Amino acid sequence: MAAAPHTVDDLAGADAARSGWLHVVARFVRQRPLGAVGAALIVLICVVGAGAAWIAPYDPLANDYGSMLAAPSAAHWLGTDAFGRDVLSRIIYGARTALTVGVGASCIGATLGSLIGLSSAYFGGRIDLLTQRVMDVFFAFPVIILALAVVAILGTGAGNVILAIATPMVPRCARVVRSSALSVREMPYVDAARASGFGHGRIILRHMLPNVMAPILIMATAFLGEAILLEASLSFLGLGVQEPTAAWGLMLRGAAVEFAETAPWMAIFPGLAISLAVFGFNLFGDSLRDALDPRLRTQ
Amino acid sequence: MIESRWLLALVAIASLAVPCVSQAQQPHYGGELVFPVPSEPPSYDGHREETFGLIHPIAPFYNTLLRVDPNDKLGTKPYPSLAESWSVSPDGKTYVFKLRKGVKFHDGSEMTSEDVKASYEKIIFPAPGVGSSRKGQYVDVESIRAPDKYEVQFKLKHASGSFIASLLSPYNFIYKAEILAKDPHWYEKNIMGTGPFTFVEHVKGSHLVGKKNPNYWDKGKPYLDGFRAIFIRDSAAQVAAVRGERAQIQFRGFTPKDRDNLKAALGDKITVQESPWDCILMVGLNHKVKPFDDARVRRALTLALDRYEGSKALSQIAIVKEVAGVQVPGTPFATPPAELAKLAGYWHDIEKSRAEARRLLKEAGVPEGFAFTFTNRGTPMPYEPLGVWLIDSWRKIGLNVTQKVVESAAYFTPLRKGDTQAFMDFQCGYIVEPDLDTYKFLSSSRNPANYGFYEDPVLDALYDKQSQETNVEARKKIIRQFEKRVLDEQAHYLMTLQWHRIIPHSSRLHGWTVTPSHYLNNTLDTVWLSP
Amino acid sequence: MGAYIAKRLLAMIPTLLGVAVLIFLLLRVIPGDVVEARYLAQGSQFQSQELMDQERAKFGLDQPLWKQFADWMGGLARLDFGVSMWTDGPITQEIKLRFALSLQLALMASTIASCLAIPLGILAAVKQDTWVDYAVRVFTIAGLATPSFWLGSLMILAMLVVFKWVPPMVFTPLWVDPWQNLQQLAWPALAVGYRYCAVGTRMMRSTMLEVLREDYIRTARAKGLWAKLILTRHALKNAILPVLTVISTEFAFLLGGLVVTEQVFNLNGLGMLFVEGISHRDYTLIQALVLLVATTFLAVNFLVDIAYAWIDPRIHYR
Repeated sequence: MAAAPHTVDDLAGADAARSGWLHVVARFVRQRPLGAVGAALIVLICVVGAGAAWIAPYDPLANDYGSMLAAPSAAHWLGTDAFGRDVLSRIIYGARTALTVGVGASCIGATLGSLIGLSSAYFGGRIDLLTQRVMDVFFAFPVIILALAVVAILGTGAGNVILAIATPMVPRCARVVRSSALSVREMPYVDAARASGFGHGRIILRHMLPNVMAPILIMATAFLGEAILLEASLSFLGLGVQEPTAAWGLMLRGAAVEFAETAPWMAIFPGLAISLAVFGFNLFGDSLRDALDPRLRTQ
Repeated sequence: MIESRWLLALVAIASLAVPCVSQAQQPHYGGELVFPVPSEPPSYDGHREETFGLIHPIAPFYNTLLRVDPNDKLGTKPYPSLAESWSVSPDGKTYVFKLRKGVKFHDGSEMTSEDVKASYEKIIFPAPGVGSSRKGQYVDVESIRAPDKYEVQFKLKHASGSFIASLLSPYNFIYKAEILAKDPHWYEKNIMGTGPFTFVEHVKGSHLVGKKNPNYWDKGKPYLDGFRAIFIRDSAAQVAAVRGERAQIQFRGFTPKDRDNLKAALGDKITVQESPWDCILMVGLNHKVKPFDDARVRRALTLALDRYEGSKALSQIAIVKEVAGVQVPGTPFATPPAELAKLAGYWHDIEKSRAEARRLLKEAGVPEGFAFTFTNRGTPMPYEPLGVWLIDSWRKIGLNVTQKVVESAAYFTPLRKGDTQAFMDFQCGYIVEPDLDTYKFLSSSRNPANYGFYEDPVLDALYDKQSQETNVEARKKIIRQFEKRVLDEQAHYLMTLQWHRIIPHSSRLHGWTVTPSHYLNNTLDTVWLSP
Repeated sequence: MGAYIAKRLLAMIPTLLGVAVLIFLLLRVIPGDVVEARYLAQGSQFQSQELMDQERAKFGLDQPLWKQFADWMGGLARLDFGVSMWTDGPITQEIKLRFALSLQLALMASTIASCLAIPLGILAAVKQDTWVDYAVRVFTIAGLATPSFWLGSLMILAMLVVFKWVPPMVFTPLWVDPWQNLQQLAWPALAVGYRYCAVGTRMMRSTMLEVLREDYIRTARAKGLWAKLILTRHALKNAILPVLTVISTEFAFLLGGLVVTEQVFNLNGLGMLFVEGISHRDYTLIQALVLLVATTFLAVNFLVDIAYAWIDPRIHYR
C-alpha cells in the first residue's frame, strides 16, 4: 500500500499514474485555456530558438547593402533592417538569445533566492533576521538601477547581462520562498528528519525544497517573463547584449527608432516578439499558480 | 607665408558643393532662437571643459581674441574678434595683437589687454588647482605681455606654423582679469563676458536662456532678441522639436534619415546645410598584443574594408560619408581620391583586396576563424553602425570578431591600460590643420594618447618635417608620405569613414554657415530670424 | 500601537544604513571615477595627470574609503547632502526639479492604475473563468508583457504621424501651467499606468478570489441579498489591503525606476538623472538619489504596515 501523499507532487503523481499524462494535459487545456495558450507560445519559442540554425532563412549577421531597409516581401518575409540583415532570421535567433538570458537569469535568481529563503526560514532566529535585513536592503533598489549598477561594474555582454538581471530577482525570490518555507518548517516530517540526525543541508534540500517547489516554479515562470523584458530594456539602453548579436531589445534601438516611419517593420516585429514571449510566460505562470494553489480552484 | 594657406583654403571652397543658405536679404531684428543641445555642460568654464555641450549654450556670452570667419564654409580662415588686427615678427616668435577699444563687459567695465593676458595665462599657465584642458596645445608659448592698454604680445619659444590656428579655439573665452585675480574658479559657476548675449537663467536639466546685449561692441548686432538652449538628450526628441517647429536648429548634426524626415514633413520650411565633418573614427590596433604587432596582419585588416561600398551604404543610415585619409576630404592638404586609391584598403577592386588580405593572414600564420575582440564605445552614432560594418567586413576574410562595448564615460580606461586588442578611436577637431590632425599618430613616447602603443621614429620625423615646412606644395608631399606610412605600409591605424555634418534648420534662420566643426560658429551674433 | 510604530521606525534605520553602505561600495567598485569621466571621456590629447590628481583631492577621492563614508554620513547627520561631483552644484538643487516631475508622473500613473485595477480585478474575480475574466486577464497580461518603451515609441509615432503633434519638450510644473504640464505628462502616465494597472489588477483578482471562497461569503450568498451585500463589502475591505500594498510598493519604484520611459519621452526625471549620474560617476549624486528612493520605499512600506496594523489589531502582537 502506498504511503499517504504528503506533497503536491505525490498527489499529482498519483493522479497521473491513474489517468496518464496525456489526460493531464488534455484536462489542463480544457480547464485553463489561457494557460494552454501560454504553454503553446512557450513551446513555440523554445522550438524556434533551438532550431534556429535550421529554421532561419538567412544568416542573421550577414550584411547585405544591396537590400537595406527593404519592406516585407517574398524574399524577406519580415523585411530587412538598416544593414540589409533579414529581420525574420534575426527574430528567430533572437529567441535563442532571449531564452538563454531569460532562463539563465531566472535559474540563477531562483536558485540563489530559494537557497537563501530556505536557509533563512530553516535556521530562523538571528540568521533569519540578518538575512531579512540584507534582502530588504537589496529590495529597496529599483530593479533597473540594480541591473544598471551591475552592468556598470561587470561591463556589457550576454553573460554579464544574465548576472545583472538575476541580481534584483534574488531578494524577491528569497522573500516568497521564505514565507512558504516558514509554514513547511513546522511540519512533522521535518522534525522527524531533524530528530533522526540528518544534516541541515540534507533537510533543506530533500525535505523542505520539494514542498516549496510550487511557489518557486510560479516565481521562476514569472521571472522569465520579467527577465526577457529587463534584457530588452537594457539592450535598448545599449547596456545589454551588443551588436551584431541578434537580440530583440537590441533590434528596437537605433535605426529602428530612426526609420520608424518609413520602415516600421524594424520596430514592430521585435516588439511583438518580446510581447508575445512575455505574454506566454505570464499566461502560463498565472494558470500554473491557479492550478497549484488549492485556494483558487473553481468548484 | 601663413596667409597663403588661408588663400588656398578659400580657393578650395568650390570643391565642397553645399546647398545655399539664402543670401543678401536684409537682416531682420527680433525673435528668440530656440535650439536643442544634446548634452549639458558640467560647468561654465570654457577653459576647463571639452564638450560641445558647453560651446553651444555658453559661447554666445563671450568673445575670443580671434575667431574663425563665420562665413567661411571650410572653417579655417582667422577673423578679427576682440583683436582688430595682428602681426608677426620676422623671426616668427613674437605675435602682436591690437585690441578693439570701447568693448564693454556685461557689468559695464571695459575690456583691456589685462583681461586678455589674464585669460590666456589661465589657459596656458594655470594656477595650481585650476583646470585647463588645452594647456598642452600652447607649450610653445614662453610668455604673454600687455605693454599697452590695447595691445597684447605672445612670445614663443620658436616659430610655429599653427599658432594662429591654436588661438582660434572657440573655448578660449576672454574673462575679466579682476575677477580672475580674486577667484580663478568664479567662471566655473558664473557667466560674465563681452559677448552679444547676456545671461538670463539656467534651469538644470531643462534650459538655458540668454538675451540681447544692448551694449555689444559690434554695433547693429546681435539681431536676435535672445536665445534659448534646451537640453534634450534623446536624438529623436531633438528631431521632433525641430519638426514640431518648437526649435529652429540643432547645431551638432542630424542623421541622413532625420534630414529626409524633416524635408518630407516641412518641405520648404526646412533648409539643409551639409559639410564634411572634422571628426573621424579610426580602428586602433594594440601593437603590444599578438598578432597585431605584425604589420601584415594590420594591413590585412585594412584591406578587408570596402570603404567605397561602406560610404554608399552607411551614408544612408549614419552620419558618415566620405572616404578619407588623414585630412578632411576637400581641405587643402587632403589627398585627392585618385591618389588615395593607391593605398592599402582604398583599392577599388575589393575582391583583389580581400584576396590579398587572406594571403597576408596566411603568411602571418593567423588561422581561419581566428577570434579577437573589438572594443567599441557605447555611443550609438556612428560607433554602432561602423562597428557592425567592420565586424561584417572582417568576417569576409575569415575572422571571427566579437564586440566589447564600453560605456562612454569609462571608455578610455581600458584603452589607456592596454586592455584591448582592436579598438575604436576617434578624433574631432575645431579646425582642419595637419599639425592638430596628425598629432594623434605619433609614437607613444611623444603622444601619451596613442593607445596603439607603438614606436615609429620614421613617422615622428615626417611629422616634424611637415610641421616646420613653410612651402605648401612641399608640405603636401611630406604629408602624403606620412599618410602612406601610417595607413598603408605600417597600417598603425585604420581610418573608417569621415563624418558628415547635416544641419537641417528652419528656413527662417539666416546668417549661419555650416563648417566642418560643430564647435564653431556658435556666438550667434550673425544669426537672424525672418518673421 | 505606539510601541509597534516605534519598533517599525527603528527597523528602518539599519536597512537604510545597509542601503547606504551598499551603494557606497557598489559605486566605488565600478571602474572609473568622475575625474576620468570629465577629462578622459573626450579622448583629449592634452591630459594632465596633476590636474586630475588635484580634482580628485578636491572631492576627497584620494582619502581612504572609511573616511569618505564617514564624511558623507557626517554630512547627512547635519542634513547636508553635499554637492554633485559633476556640476559642483548643491544636490538638493539638482534633485528638486526632477523630483517634482517624477513624483507627478508616479502619482498620475498610480491614479490611473488604481482607478482601473480595482474595478477590473473585482470584475474578473466575480466572473471567474467566464469570457469576462479571460478578457480582463488578457488585457492585464498584455500590459505586463508589452515593453513600456516600445509602447511609448509607438504612441509618439502615432501622434506624430496621425495628429502631426509632438508633446512639449520642457517641463512646466503643474502650478505654473497645468495644460502644458498635462500635455507632456499624460502620455507617459498612460504608458506607465497601463503596466502598473496590470500588476494591481492581478493582485486584486487573486485576493478577491481568495476572499470569495471564504465560508462566511458562501453563507451570506445562501442567506440572500442583504446579507450578501453587507458581507461582500466586508470582503472587499479585506481583499483591498494586499492590493494597496502592491500599488504603494510599485509607486515607490516609479520614482527612480522609469529610466527607459523617461528616455523615450524625453522627460527630465530622476531616472535620467540616475543614468547620467552613473555615466558621470557622480558618486555623491547617486548616493543621495538612492537614499531618497530607498527612504521613500521604506516610508511607504511603513505607512502600509501601520495601516494594516490599525485595521487588523492582531498583527502588531506578533
